[in-house]
Amino acid sequence: MSRVGVFICHCGENIARTVDVVAVAAAAARMPGVVHSVEYKYMCSDPGQQLVKNAIAEHKLTGVVVAACSPRMHESTFRRAAAEAGLNPYLLEMSNVREHCSWVHEDKALATEKAVDLVRVMVEKVRRNRALKPISISVEPTALVVGGGIAGIQAALDIANGGKKVILVERELSIGGHMARLSETFPTLDCSQCIMTPRMVEVASHPNITLMTWSEVESVSGFLGNFDVTIRRKARYVDLAKCTGCGECWNKCPAKKIPSEFDAGIGNRTAIYVPSPQAVPNKPGIDAKNCIMLTKGKCGACAKVCPRQAIDFKDVDKFETVKVGAIVLATGFELWDHSAYGEYGAGRLKDVIDGFAFERLASASGPTSGQILRPSDHTEPKTVVFIQCCGSRDTKMGMPYCSKICCMYTAKHAMLYAHKVHDGQAVVFYMDIRAAGKGYDEFVRRAIEADGARYVRGRISRVYRRADGKLIVRGADTLAGTPVTIEADMVVLADAVVARKDSRALAQKLGVSYDAYGFFSEAHPKLRPVETAVAGVYLAGACQAPKDIPDAVSQASASASKVLALFSKPKLDREPIIARVNRNNCDHCRACINTCPYKAISDLEIKDRNGKVVRVVADVNEGLCQGCGTCVAVCRSRSIDLDGFTDEQVFAELAALESQTK
Amino acid sequence: MTDTHTKPASSQGTQGPFEPTLVAFVCNWCTYAGADLAGTSRLKYAANIRIIKLPCTGRIDPLLVLKAFESGADGVLVSGCHPGDCHYTSGNFHARRRWAIFHRLLELTGIDSSRLHFSWVSAAEGQKFADLVNDVVAKVRQAGPFDAVNPARRRS
Repeated sequence: MSRVGVFICHCGENIARTVDVVAVAAAAARMPGVVHSVEYKYMCSDPGQQLVKNAIAEHKLTGVVVAACSPRMHESTFRRAAAEAGLNPYLLEMSNVREHCSWVHEDKALATEKAVDLVRVMVEKVRRNRALKPISISVEPTALVVGGGIAGIQAALDIANGGKKVILVERELSIGGHMARLSETFPTLDCSQCIMTPRMVEVASHPNITLMTWSEVESVSGFLGNFDVTIRRKARYVDLAKCTGCGECWNKCPAKKIPSEFDAGIGNRTAIYVPSPQAVPNKPGIDAKNCIMLTKGKCGACAKVCPRQAIDFKDVDKFETVKVGAIVLATGFELWDHSAYGEYGAGRLKDVIDGFAFERLASASGPTSGQILRPSDHTEPKTVVFIQCCGSRDTKMGMPYCSKICCMYTAKHAMLYAHKVHDGQAVVFYMDIRAAGKGYDEFVRRAIEADGARYVRGRISRVYRRADGKLIVRGADTLAGTPVTIEADMVVLADAVVARKDSRALAQKLGVSYDAYGFFSEAHPKLRPVETAVAGVYLAGACQAPKDIPDAVSQASASASKVLALFSKPKLDREPIIARVNRNNCDHCRACINTCPYKAISDLEIKDRNGKVVRVVADVNEGLCQGCGTCVAVCRSRSIDLDGFTDEQVFAELAALESQTK
Repeated sequence: MTDTHTKPASSQGTQGPFEPTLVAFVCNWCTYAGADLAGTSRLKYAANIRIIKLPCTGRIDPLLVLKAFESGADGVLVSGCHPGDCHYTSGNFHARRRWAIFHRLLELTGIDSSRLHFSWVSAAEGQKFADLVNDVVAKVRQAGPFDAVNPARRRS
């Protein structure tokens, strides 16, 4: 026999103004199964909760309905109170008489009538509720960090320093990402290498971090606390255990004219190479596409000189499966390819370069040792034009968003150029200067006022090369309203920050959603900015949206703290709203198995005592089931039901409406 | 932006315009939250609606819709997350497919298809929810009281 208590909240005046709460309480008292019904001014307050707790004990309640605000607001509050009074929390339900009634209706009679209906519906439901126990799942206290740029490094170090194991997967030969390529950083102009390389070394030597470079995530299965991740260890052709990084091999490699990706094509590298002198691990790999031995079958110069016999041309991709409890995605960004802009030379003009190429020119460890020399003839450019918003905020190019970092790094470029070429002139074409950030606007002012950069508001209509090698830049000064022509020696384009080409493929492997541009989507743009909609998968850095270094680092630390909080308990409780199979009734049509979006339902063989399979039925994995109930709706034999939303409960809710409507 | 009727639904025995009862099956993540937003934004809509919360529109068995009609609903509204936004990745697609077929089955049995409505309302669309309820209530009012014994009969 059910003994239901009904508690109607006034919510001050919020509910009581439009709903006659006394009438609702009186109506509820007459409902079948209800033994206690009261109204109170603030049910969520301490005395209000005490009212519920006392009634549970005094009236030996087997179910509670709280008619108040949305369950999204206070369901957890009241369920906790019920649990404290010794009632299973899943025997408490809320009728939403505020958001769904008093706030949206004006007629008091109608609103009261509706509130009575909403209470009756929940009374009928709660009479059929079952006591449920939270499902306990184990958590593997190891995190996977995908991407070894500054965001990934920060997340990995924070988690590792918190005492948990981390596996850091990096697709390139070395960690460091884009930040390791920068010359100096805004707004302090401290050298990127100087602040970055110590962290890279710390990652490599940290006892809690397993570093997997030249590796990529192949597939992911499992769920929060228990992910199984297969990692592809790409063929490196160099045995890292034997290699000492002495450098004999890349000094001898005859394939020397390969444009270096790290140097943005400004410098060259060999086929066996380390991306930069500060690489971590500082050990080479072979670029199979350009290696003479691997493409033509003869050479092997590197293997001959290697004192440790570390080179193995027969190396193949290997796969490694790891078990992790949480995943941090920090896969970063790329720069947009500006060759789509015909007016900027369509990528064919050698002296029209992108921001990374300028970084490498300005970097002391770059191919020019920090001298600004234009790529075509290695002379010092005396006039450099910087063009901002190259692709960004251009709807036609499919990037209506602002890339956020370009205003700042262009100001930095103009400054670095002024510091290195004293008789040079930097001209910056901009749409708007967006320098919001600590010390940022002051930095841009400094570029203009102290370092003499000429800022022109306007767009460029054409860049072309004159016979004498000068680049003619034609555009408009939209403040002065005049056309502008500048004879430049070099043009630097601030290409848009875009998502990595394979970001969508990775998102699909994980079930993480992504926006129209391929950036990963956070669970909530304001209140859950580092989580994804997939429990246990977090975001850090520019894989979510264009970000500068401090933002990427902050988000990485935020992700790490989420991971550490998750790992702080060996077991996790989750809502027991999951599907259950009635094995006696299941005729194994497999409709639920095919429907389940989480692959949570599988075959279960029922065997007799001799081990012979007598029947096969569907079986729900408690850990994988998320409780959507799609299986329930497709079950032909009505053998599967959803705890908390059973057919019996929903039918009873509908029947509760019937008794009043007609 | 006021209640579109003044008579309580239970007073049908007395003289007055017909007021339909509308049962809405909504998902917990999008439309329920959208209805909450309509509340917190104090948008006004017809009081004829009774919301039944389910985790996902994928949970909605056509039988629930029939049961709602049998239980005295004059109209049924099904609403969930927009395509691609489903909290459970694909439940709303199942609901859409089911609706496409079930809708025609209803027509075959003579039940006016204007009694069953299907919509997407996100957690950010409080205004859309309020407008939707008013719109559906108006359509169902037009269709008249539902007669479970002879569903094809129309109000004369």
